[in-house]
Amino acid sequence: MLARGGLRRKAPRLLSVSAMLVAGLCLLPVIYLLVRCWEMGSDFWPVLFRSRTAIILWNSVSLAAAVTVSSALLGVAIAWLTVRTDLPGRSFWSVVTCLPLVLPSYVGAFAFIAAFGPHGMLQQLLAPWGVTRLPSIYGFGGAWWVLTIFSYPYILLSVRAGLRGLDPSVEEAARCLGRSGPQVFREIILPHLRPSIAAGALLVALYTLSDFGAVSLLRYDAFTRAIFIQYTGALDRGAAAVLALLLVGLTLMILYGEYKMRGRARYYRPSAGTMRRQPLVSLGAWRWPLVGVLSVLTFISLGIPISVIVYWLVQDPDRWLHLWQSVDMTLNSVTASGFAAAAALLAGIPVVLFAVRYPSRCARWVERSAYIGHALPGIVVALSLVFFGIRWGGIFYQSFPMLIMAYVVLFLPLSIGNLRAVLLNVSPRLEEAARTLGQTPRGALWTVTLPLLKPGAMTGMSLVFLTSMKELPATLILGPTDFQTLATRIWSATEEALFARAASPALILLLVSGLSVWLILHHENSGHT
Amino acid sequence: MLNRRQWFLVLVVMLGVLAAGRILWMGRSSEGPEVVVYSGRSQDLILPLLEQFTQETGIRVRARYGQTSEMASTILEEGRRSPADLFFAQDAGALGVLARHGRLDPLPKELAELVDPRFRSPDGTWIGLSGRARVLIYHPDRVPADSLPEQLRELCDPYWRGRVGWAPANGSFQAFVTAMRHTDGESAATEWLTCMRRNATREYANNTSIVLAVAAGEIDVGLVNHYYLHALQRSRGQELNLRNHYPEEGVLVNVAGIGMLKTAPNRDAAESLISFLLSESSQRYFADKIFEYPLAAGVEPHADLPSIQTLRTPDLDLNRLDDLERTLRLMESIGLF
Repeated sequence: MLARGGLRRKAPRLLSVSAMLVAGLCLLPVIYLLVRCWEMGSDFWPVLFRSRTAIILWNSVSLAAAVTVSSALLGVAIAWLTVRTDLPGRSFWSVVTCLPLVLPSYVGAFAFIAAFGPHGMLQQLLAPWGVTRLPSIYGFGGAWWVLTIFSYPYILLSVRAGLRGLDPSVEEAARCLGRSGPQVFREIILPHLRPSIAAGALLVALYTLSDFGAVSLLRYDAFTRAIFIQYTGALDRGAAAVLALLLVGLTLMILYGEYKMRGRARYYRPSAGTMRRQPLVSLGAWRWPLVGVLSVLTFISLGIPISVIVYWLVQDPDRWLHLWQSVDMTLNSVTASGFAAAAALLAGIPVVLFAVRYPSRCARWVERSAYIGHALPGIVVALSLVFFGIRWGGIFYQSFPMLIMAYVVLFLPLSIGNLRAVLLNVSPRLEEAARTLGQTPRGALWTVTLPLLKPGAMTGMSLVFLTSMKELPATLILGPTDFQTLATRIWSATEEALFARAASPALILLLVSGLSVWLILHHENSGHT
Repeated sequence: MLNRRQWFLVLVVMLGVLAAGRILWMGRSSEGPEVVVYSGRSQDLILPLLEQFTQETGIRVRARYGQTSEMASTILEEGRRSPADLFFAQDAGALGVLARHGRLDPLPKELAELVDPRFRSPDGTWIGLSGRARVLIYHPDRVPADSLPEQLRELCDPYWRGRVGWAPANGSFQAFVTAMRHTDGESAATEWLTCMRRNATREYANNTSIVLAVAAGEIDVGLVNHYYLHALQRSRGQELNLRNHYPEEGVLVNVAGIGMLKTAPNRDAAESLISFLLSESSQRYFADKIFEYPLAAGVEPHADLPSIQTLRTPDLDLNRLDDLERTLRLMESIGLF
């Protein structure tokens, strides 16, 4: 039911203050960038108006748009197949289709090149048939494909959560009014999924803007490359800041666009009562062909990277030793990512409650600031926290809490996006009912709203967890000295071309992350809505 | 009484506290002397050396690893409050940048003079510990030895059209171009890059992918550092049918070097680590384990490599490799980025 929102109320002081504190934390990188740009003085403009700046900006924008659209198509289709149809092996596919998320892009893109690159595995397979050249994977096409494969799970996960929260009675009503299956999907399901799709799409778009690993390996001239060149080549923090600030501007434009598109609709059920079980759509003759399509997709996105890692592992003569040595790093990775997930949830809840329940201009800006860190390359965020941490952080500088803080700045949107999509489906009437039954506002929050946020919270936490497991620059720069994670281990070994040594930590990373995806979906399936 | 769910929550929280405690405990500095290193060289390369050092001296080494540029940016960003004592860089350029920003202190003479003057800063702010030569890797079946160029500039001959690989985004390659700009002049460097580009030179992300591409037959020769071949062979445990060509007319030897920060809190420990890294055994490690050129006087390189005395290196102060920005702008202007 798309009902118009309730009365404007003033947010409780505690809520608005904590939401603004979170927003302030997320704005630290922007403040840092402004300081660095200010120091540039008159050098600011030439960097901004170089002709290349416009070209690479266009490259990044078009890539982000293409990846977002294709990820949305893929994500919605797979979510519908795995939640609402009688697809054979539904629960298996539910887990497997989310797994590409656990692959770091520096491993994924590498495997992709090994498989489809010139003289790669595919070409060698086709060689007996006289195929000597494959279409080039470098440039826009390859980057588009790789980023889509590795980021569609963002949309898939949020759409799954949205789809499960959908009351079938609305669809039945539409059916009774004579709508066909496809019509119901188009007119009822899709509009209701809009917040979930928008939440996921926003994450994909911002991730694509900030990605460096895939675009550099696939030689696509994206905007982040220019920022990295300033840091790595020139060690020029000023010019890098100018470019990064441009990225912030672009992010704000995307957020504004999303805000306009999202509309002001509410999506909650107007009536009381429990949701009935959702009926499954029969796929009929399409069942097995669709399984085939999913198999191919899974083979490309998971099968190939895993084979490459296993191949490395087999090549490693000391694999048992390396697996044993990875235990320590695994503990580090899991602890840091677990805390990041919990912290991002704690920081996300006030922001989302503030923005959704008490909409105002201020609340909108609070929510937008939370997204900025995700669109900036990790090194920009890390250096900005160095800037503040070394001055005012005291003993917290380069400590474990500081690293968690960096993860929150980087990945908060992953938690917010999913919480928001779920909260939109929770009627404020429920809280009001709790109030009339004698609950205090805080009591209503604890007993009604927060428990209902659980599916979104779980999805958000798992996304933050998985992404933190892969994070590199902030971990290297801000982690405690001598702090090693699986990701830093993999990176360090691949830097020296010691691929065999990277295999054990890479495999453990995949196993741990895969296990957590499985746990989350298992939890989801066991009936908690 | 707690129900099952609440027990589960309590368990999760307790595990979390334990895990966080473990990491926080790890960060606590124990008693005794220590030295803090920001390393642009990866842990895989230098950890064995650092452990050896701790064993011999009892000084604890606290190392932070990352890309050279990341670590240099961090040091610049930290300013005078930096906790770091030493900056261990993958290339001379980054050391040059820190020296230019006045962040490095001159090293004691008796340490600096252990290294050939070609491979240290004239003002003594940093020294090279090991050297990497820019060579041409080639596939001997597809490239006869007599057709190999005497200098890398010849690669823009039509004979090499489409057969060469390079990695413009790679730091070593950029340092090589910077060196060429200084030795041959701006216009010669521009001309060479343009010519190479027109000659359909293929772009790769890094040195390793070039070596793999030559091995796979994708290209015939590639511009790389000399040790990638040896390292790859060792990690694969097999001989690759590839060779390094050291051009007679001049081989750029860039260094991985070390400098002490002006603000270093543990100067004595830092000096003893540098002197340990220049010792015979450490230098042998660079030579034998990672195939780099040892730079302390009197230590010979790995048997597979030509001696560094026979290599003709360009007459260039390696500090000038810090001038990377102009190289990047030049490369940008001809569309190499």
